[in-house]
Amino acid sequence: MAQLVKGQTGDWEIVIGMEVHAQVTANSKLFSGASAEFGAAPNSQVSMVDAAMPGMLPVLNEHCVYQAVRTGLGLNSAINKTSVFERKNYFYPDLPQGYQISQYLHPVVGEGKIEIDLPDGTTKEIGITRLHLEQDAGKSLHDQHPTKSYVDLNRSGCALMEIVSEPDIRGPDEAAAYLSKLRMILRYLGTCDGNMEEGSMRADVNISVRKPGGELGTRAEIKNVNSVKAVQQAIDFEVQRQIEILEGGGTVVQETRLWDPGKMETRSMRSKEEAHDYRYFPDPDLLPLVLTQDYIDNVANDLPELPDQKKHRFMEEYGLSLYDASVLIAEQQRAEYFETVTDGRDAKIAANWVINELLGLLNKNGKDLSGSPISAAQLGGLIDLIADNTISGKIAKDVFAEMFETSKDAPAIVEEKGLKQVTDTGEIEKVIDAVLDANPDNVAAYKGGKDKLFGFFVGQVMKETGGKANPAMVNEILKKKLT
Amino acid sequence: MTNLTHLTLAEALKGLENKDFTSVEITQAHLDAIEGMRHLNAYITETPEIALEQAKASDERRAKGQAGLLDGAPVGIKDLYCTKGVQSAACSNILRGFKPEYESTVTQNLFDEGAVMLGKLNMDEFAMGSANTTSAFGNVISPWKRKDGSNADLTPGGSSGGSAAAVAARMALAATGTDTGGSIRQPAAFTGICGIKPTYGRCSRWGIVAFSSSLDQAGSFGRTVEDSALMLQAMAGFDPKDSTSANREVPDFRAASLNTSVKGLKIGIPKEYRAPGMPEEVEQIWQQGIDWLRSEGAEIIDVSLPHTKYALPAYYIIAPAECSSNLARYDGVRYGLREEGEDLIESYEQTRAKGFGDEVKRRVMIGTYVLSAGYYDAYYIKAQKVRRLILNDFLSAYEQCDALLTPTAPSAAFAIGENEDDPIKMYLNDVFTVPASLAGLPGMSVPAGLNADGLPLGLQIIGRQWDEEMVLRVGATLEKAANFKAIPEMVESKLAA
Repeated sequence: MAQLVKGQTGDWEIVIGMEVHAQVTANSKLFSGASAEFGAAPNSQVSMVDAAMPGMLPVLNEHCVYQAVRTGLGLNSAINKTSVFERKNYFYPDLPQGYQISQYLHPVVGEGKIEIDLPDGTTKEIGITRLHLEQDAGKSLHDQHPTKSYVDLNRSGCALMEIVSEPDIRGPDEAAAYLSKLRMILRYLGTCDGNMEEGSMRADVNISVRKPGGELGTRAEIKNVNSVKAVQQAIDFEVQRQIEILEGGGTVVQETRLWDPGKMETRSMRSKEEAHDYRYFPDPDLLPLVLTQDYIDNVANDLPELPDQKKHRFMEEYGLSLYDASVLIAEQQRAEYFETVTDGRDAKIAANWVINELLGLLNKNGKDLSGSPISAAQLGGLIDLIADNTISGKIAKDVFAEMFETSKDAPAIVEEKGLKQVTDTGEIEKVIDAVLDANPDNVAAYKGGKDKLFGFFVGQVMKETGGKANPAMVNEILKKKLT
Repeated sequence: MTNLTHLTLAEALKGLENKDFTSVEITQAHLDAIEGMRHLNAYITETPEIALEQAKASDERRAKGQAGLLDGAPVGIKDLYCTKGVQSAACSNILRGFKPEYESTVTQNLFDEGAVMLGKLNMDEFAMGSANTTSAFGNVISPWKRKDGSNADLTPGGSSGGSAAAVAARMALAATGTDTGGSIRQPAAFTGICGIKPTYGRCSRWGIVAFSSSLDQAGSFGRTVEDSALMLQAMAGFDPKDSTSANREVPDFRAASLNTSVKGLKIGIPKEYRAPGMPEEVEQIWQQGIDWLRSEGAEIIDVSLPHTKYALPAYYIIAPAECSSNLARYDGVRYGLREEGEDLIESYEQTRAKGFGDEVKRRVMIGTYVLSAGYYDAYYIKAQKVRRLILNDFLSAYEQCDALLTPTAPSAAFAIGENEDDPIKMYLNDVFTVPASLAGLPGMSVPAGLNADGLPLGLQIIGRQWDEEMVLRVGATLEKAANFKAIPEMVESKLAA
């Protein structure tokens, strides 16, 4: 579903590759024992290593390696048995060592791929180029003092995974779908919380345009894009900017640009010529990281069912549509909820209740599933009452609303409010007789050929019974009486 | 009572054990000696309070029969080691006044064995130098003088010049050093004492200010092979805080240092170390060493280390490359010197311009250059390949022999100020020590005799990886044969007085 963009000289194709920095879920930092938790008081989680005191040495956090390998396997990627930590050298106050320990020529994870779900109901494969481990920098605070900048080193040395995609992404929708799927996978794996607001997932977007199928254009790298929406907006802006330049006879400059969410524009940070010379070289304080096949196999055995596997299983096992399956697997908790609801029940009905009723109402109330007043077992109980004709589908919606308010079980509400469906033939007949007696004109008209009046009679009966009469039985008896 | 400062470390430990004297007594004797030799500028920080407190504690331990390997023995610590609460400046202005909140693993190991710290020893700034003239705390003067009556001050060598001078001048029973390209072995040779650099990974680098991480290695100075072995024994061992330290048992170095039999051993003589232009006296002492080992029953074998001539150039690419990165942390932001500028860049520039000396700046610039885009492959990668070839040279030599014997340095100690105008000439001091550093191999210098000027000359033994025992054994044999008893005249006159 490549999104072509119309320019004055014809269509343009968008080519996008993404670099996502994902903070590894871990108790301590990549090379030190300091806590990696978010939100502590400034500089309260800084070890001597993180502050780059003289003579301090990094020691690799094994758990972070486990998380990276787990993520690599979750991205269907090759795991490199030997990888190397290198130093990326540059000066900045929030980089105490004067270098960032990263992986450069030999990353821990190699090529892989993920499947993204597009708005038109199709899927597409996006290649993963690599994943490597690196240290995060600290944070510079420029707004705490009129002339000075402050530095908070809490984040300094926390483990990041940089996940690089192939330039397979063809537009803002695909970019959004890629980012969402990546975040979903990381959350399933428990390797990153995917929280873009807290900065634990950040995206750099490489964008270029070309004539469809033509030579690749010059790309610009857009930094500071911190939400799925911002990614889409930044792409829209940048694509237009590049097309205007090219159609005006200019050339796109290879550069790093910053997304300004306030002004909704990208602007130049530094050109290729101004780019740092990072002087990468293998970190002599660390030995190459060597993994055995046994280790990799063990990590693989620990993998949970991943979103795409779950999606395909839901479609096959439950006969769900791609759309329904995609919605249900978007969060692990949601998928679990659905599987509890549907256990022993019709999957399409269960999916319908979860997606259209529950998620809709939760969304309206600004809640998520973990704050749902209705448990999966309770929702299953409601569906059971419909299935065994205790209540009609219409009444069920009222019961559902009541459950959402009170968290009570469906049978209790039905009992309490006397909502049980009337299935007693004699009782229904009595009401029908009364309705027919009260409307002799309409009975005559119906019999004279005004078939449409059948609905009027049904409505009257339901009104008289407070909606509790079994609709099928009402239809059946009415038909009999009116012939 | 004999002069306590003239005992060997082993003798002193024996004396302490026999209660001939206390640790407080021998520590005080050394503190007095330090005062008397202050003009040598060997110590940049004296820590008499710490020393006497540690000595007292040691005497109490001894009384309870809980003595460690070095209990009560006063030693000196090179300023490159971080010592908790005591200035650890790496002899640089950029770290002047810096007192770490932590203790280096090696010094902690020494304290755990009961060693007493007399103070911090002068050295070349960040261990970059071969004459101890790049120190921001002034140069060290060797206790040795030429016999020509010139009375010129001589260098003790470098970078561990303070350590070597202190041990030679009886201002410490032993001392720690670090050796990146020869910084223990060359000063040991220049001052007539023993110095051993163990295999890379034998001692933890944690808490030692980094110069060149892939080459830096802690080691020891002593006046005998046994003393250096004893010190090393206490210093060495696996440290999980240093990823490059080796998780392997530390052998009994002292036992190895007492084994003076080389019968049946094969000693390799690398022909590439017979450099043209080498002084006759160095050639002669080398031949003397060969003859001693042969007469002790060793088989002498000519071996070739064909890539030796590339070692120095490769070293002067790799070490500066690593140092340019290791020294990036000295930016004036968190500790040490800060020179405020108009903006951040200017603060960086002024802090580093003022904080670093010329030799450090030279190496940072060389290192930055060789790692730069477009030069990386031609310099850094090439040097790494050379490094591998040099290791391979040693590995094939060790298929034929058990250890190598070479001169330690291409000359005896030179006068302070000599070679200063020519960095290359200064770098050539390390020509015999650098190859073993690049290969990560253990090496030791043992005093073998005096030259015509009455200055010490050393011989170097290079062993297989992890085979310090062989190095010590051959060293002990040479020590016994050489029977080197010379003491600097200024020290001897103090003793007489």
